[in-house]
Amino acid sequence: MSSSETAAHDSPNYMAIFWWLAGLTVVEVAYSSLLPHTHKALLIIGLVGFAVVKASLVALYFMHLKYEPKSLGVIVSSTLILGCILVGVGMAEVLLPRP
Amino acid sequence: MDHAVALAHPVEEEVTCTGIVHDKMGMWVFLCSEVMFFTGLIGSYIVLRFASPLWPRPSTILNVPLTAANTFILICSSVTMVQALASAQRGDLGKMKLFLSLTLLFGAVFISIQGVEYYKLLHEGFNPHVSLFGSVFFTTTGFHGFHVFCGVVSMAYMTGKAFLGKLTKEHHQGIETLGLYWHFVDLVWIVLFTIIYLI
Repeated sequence: MSSSETAAHDSPNYMAIFWWLAGLTVVEVAYSSLLPHTHKALLIIGLVGFAVVKASLVALYFMHLKYEPKSLGVIVSSTLILGCILVGVGMAEVLLPRP
Repeated sequence: MDHAVALAHPVEEEVTCTGIVHDKMGMWVFLCSEVMFFTGLIGSYIVLRFASPLWPRPSTILNVPLTAANTFILICSSVTMVQALASAQRGDLGKMKLFLSLTLLFGAVFISIQGVEYYKLLHEGFNPHVSLFGSVFFTTTGFHGFHVFCGVVSMAYMTGKAFLGKLTKEHHQGIETLGLYWHFVDLVWIVLFTIIYLI
């Protein structure tokens, strides 16, 4: 999709995305400081969830991934899947019991 | 390609078989390699943290409120970047220059605040040699900071081009390509801030 074609679709409301990102950052910091760190699993799941939502907003709307051809989505997704495998193998090395 | 056809279709409008213009496709491929680079760094951090029985709570060492403010500044820079592109697409070159300048300013402020944070941490004795956390903290955030620095240098070049009148409504693909890099750096910071500073 060329620059002119990117402009052809309805431009997302960038300021709304910005306020969502700013608001989620405030909520994220509050969540981290208010939740007792003894609830480790809840803390990690919540914070990673916030980060995934924020990163998705940036990728989909600011990087216009939502409006690009599906082939680009496949290319980017395959990289993310490879990244997850890389981290997953490392985590398995740490968490799984050794024979 | 016939010369007349080439003139009718400027290089920046040529598309790949994926339907994406060449320089944008090139930037996406580069960003995919950057995803793997940062996955290596972030993955190492996660694995080391889970493998270490004793790991300090980041908020006891790092200045979370200052970094949260810095995160907000980087988010501001992303919105000004995308507004610069939207202005260029509308042909509003005045606003394009304004938003590019603001993006450059926000990027420079981000690096400056990170520099202040590093200075304070080093002054307090927290350095890459002091612990495993110190080592991975400075490596990961340092590489990200270097990426922001490269973005700021490129942004200065792009802003200079805008003020010299080399960017127009018809020829502004560079803004979109650089914007992709800039948003990616913002995206990586969103993940780093959560994993290193908050968890």
